[in-house]
Amino acid sequence: MIHARNLPFVTTLAIFVIAYGLCVLQFPNMLSTRVIGNLLTDNAFLGIAAVGMTFVILSGGIDLSVGSVIAFTSVFVAVMVGSFGVHPLTAFLAALVISTLFGCLMGAMIRYLLIPPFVVTLAGMFLARGAAYLVSTQSVPITHEFIDTMLGFYIRFPGGGRLTLLAMVMLVVFAVGIVVASRTRFGANVYAIGGNLQSAELMGVPVGATTIRIYALSGFLSGLAGIVYTLYTSSGYSLATVGVELDAIAAVVIGGTLLTGGVGLIAGTFVGILLQGLIQTYIVFDGTLSSWWTKIVIGILLFVFIVLQRTIIWYSDRRLAVRQLKEV
Amino acid sequence: MSGQHALLEARSIGKSFFGIPALDEVDFTLQAGEIHALLGENGAGKSTLIKILTGVYRRDRGTISLEGSEIYPDTVGEAQALGIGTVYQEVNLLENLTVAENLFLGRQPRRLGMIDRRAMRNRSKALLERYGLHIDVDALLSSYSVAIRQIIAIARAVDLSGKVLVLDEPTASLDANEVKGLFTVLRQLREDGVGIVIITHFLDQVYEIADRVTVLRNGRLVGSRAISELPRLDLISMMLGRELQHITRDHQAEPETIDDRGAPSIQFQNYGKKGSVAPFDLDIRPGEVVGIAGLLGSGRSETAFLLFGIDRADSGTATIDGEQVSITSPEAAIANRFGFCPEERKTDGIVGDLSVADNIALALQARRGWMRPISSSAKRELADSFIKSLDIRPADRERPIKFLSGGNQQKAILARWLATDPRLLILDEPTRGIDIGAHAEILKMIERLCSQGMSLVVISSELEELTAVAHRVIVLSDRRHVAELSGHQLTTDGIIRAIAGTGETEAA
Repeated sequence: MIHARNLPFVTTLAIFVIAYGLCVLQFPNMLSTRVIGNLLTDNAFLGIAAVGMTFVILSGGIDLSVGSVIAFTSVFVAVMVGSFGVHPLTAFLAALVISTLFGCLMGAMIRYLLIPPFVVTLAGMFLARGAAYLVSTQSVPITHEFIDTMLGFYIRFPGGGRLTLLAMVMLVVFAVGIVVASRTRFGANVYAIGGNLQSAELMGVPVGATTIRIYALSGFLSGLAGIVYTLYTSSGYSLATVGVELDAIAAVVIGGTLLTGGVGLIAGTFVGILLQGLIQTYIVFDGTLSSWWTKIVIGILLFVFIVLQRTIIWYSDRRLAVRQLKEV
Repeated sequence: MSGQHALLEARSIGKSFFGIPALDEVDFTLQAGEIHALLGENGAGKSTLIKILTGVYRRDRGTISLEGSEIYPDTVGEAQALGIGTVYQEVNLLENLTVAENLFLGRQPRRLGMIDRRAMRNRSKALLERYGLHIDVDALLSSYSVAIRQIIAIARAVDLSGKVLVLDEPTASLDANEVKGLFTVLRQLREDGVGIVIITHFLDQVYEIADRVTVLRNGRLVGSRAISELPRLDLISMMLGRELQHITRDHQAEPETIDDRGAPSIQFQNYGKKGSVAPFDLDIRPGEVVGIAGLLGSGRSETAFLLFGIDRADSGTATIDGEQVSITSPEAAIANRFGFCPEERKTDGIVGDLSVADNIALALQARRGWMRPISSSAKRELADSFIKSLDIRPADRERPIKFLSGGNQQKAILARWLATDPRLLILDEPTRGIDIGAHAEILKMIERLCSQGMSLVVISSELEELTAVAHRVIVLSDRRHVAELSGHQLTTDGIIRAIAGTGETEAA
């Protein structure tokens, strides 16, 4: 059954299918598994970060530190492995611990100091970016045979496409994210807090612990996205991934999640990521269009979706009012 | 075990906020299988008491025991676990979740760590069927009416807690049929031995459903009685009280002098708004104080909102000095030289962080428009003159107004409107939360203003205060103007009888 408020998700899905169909009509090659494999790999780090962002936005918050945390993680991992000779797995683990704790700290500040998430994560954004510069201002290349093994691991599709390890990580993160959001008490609490913080608290939801976990989760996934980004570019660079948090927010909103919280699906974010990837792929195929067309199309899509969500809310409220009038 | 003890017993409860007592030495006893109404006007301390019982606030003093053993609920969750469930008036459940999700939030049935949706759905259905509700539990809560949500909230609270059920204004937005349905549910719960506390301002409903009432006023216990031994008149006087003894107008001599003041300058005819206040006629003469009396929820403040254009009237006309005007917004009201001091001084009246001088200049500035700012020297002069004439203390115009006492804040808000030289000033509960000294000063000020020819509308739940200052009192009940009292009829007893609808005083 489709709830009225899941309509944006259904719409996004329909738009994606239609857009993909149109692309394929123009460039039949876009149907190839090669294109699909690349699309997934190219957007793996963004997708992982967007899952964390979805939880944050579902709870009615925002996390602006994502891009900076990705950059910090990538520089941190690259320097640890490249300059200090630490085993990649150890570096990954350390990076994940740091980014998760960082998220915890932001969540605690939001909850216990009652500072709006926008402000706390803005400070977090500067802090993480600054810390990345502190580690290294250079682009640090990374080579390690373990990493080569990881990059060499993929599943071949029929038709020559490759499902790389990076894409697999993203798909697993999405799958786990979907289950956590819809099938655990933590997930239910996230929706509850996003729906109405005060009601949730009066209904006995542990708001403090949940808020901290949400931002810790976003921190963890930003760290994971940073690791994937490092593998993807085989380097760490403190100037990289500026504004990625905004791409993630765009994917979340296009995927049908309400910016005010409480309504949305992790699966929607996945479609949002695919749609962004599709636009980029189309531009590459066309060859004459500039890359800023991506931004323009995403901007237009965002506008369309925000208006669509408003309209749906108005419509369902009015329908409810009419029904109540009839009951009287 | 629970035989000898009351189900829930609170003794000598005290609670202060920032040094201002909200509850003082309040006792409250609830028996199992009893519906107990908790009554009182705004600010009487009802919600503070409820919040202490349900773990939202921590008490400063006193004891609470449940079935004989003392409890210290620190959070809503703890109170719920102890057996005290609450259904709040507005902030209630989550519209963005399904019915089943709402019922089982925080205690979802799980299998292998995952929420078992099928079990949750079946249990929700079974739970609601006991309340006679057969609805789709997978639909969003927002797709159901307030009445159904209310029952769902009760089902959740009882299923979760099971001993004590607290209902805060459960019938405020229900129609008569829905109320009937709700009461059937409550009676059934009473049979099952649940202790129910209900806060409401509908006295009819109190007499229909409650076994016992406890009345609070100004944070103190007025009394607790069985409803069967409490005539309605006594209940109303318990709620409205009679404390003010000083300043009483000699109404016997007055009616003529008022009429001598000539034709009404401001007339509202057939003025009303659906769902807010039934159409009424109101004539206000220059220099006259019109009081508005009624219980909480009778339409007192709504009348003020209509007069000041905060709510738009959907019927009737307003006339000033024979000319028809349309008052569709506070801006329009101010342009017609109306002023309004709202009931919620802290949220709707003062701008806490601005200085006393800025607060006083606010309405005047608003009327001049932002193109013509008041110079800072003129503002200083204005503030100083009012600080002096109204005796606002401390006499420091630069101090942020939030640091002033309630009485002085109220004077500053009065000054704000006086600066605009209003023809009509509407005061909603002008003396609430104000100490006795400032109280008397404000009443004197009202007299002085009307002697200068200004008209006032004063809304108050303190009947002694109304009879003291008003020339005429309009009585409201059930969002209707039911009586107009003046002259020798204008007594506290007369008002109480008119509210109860038992007097012969309706003629006016």
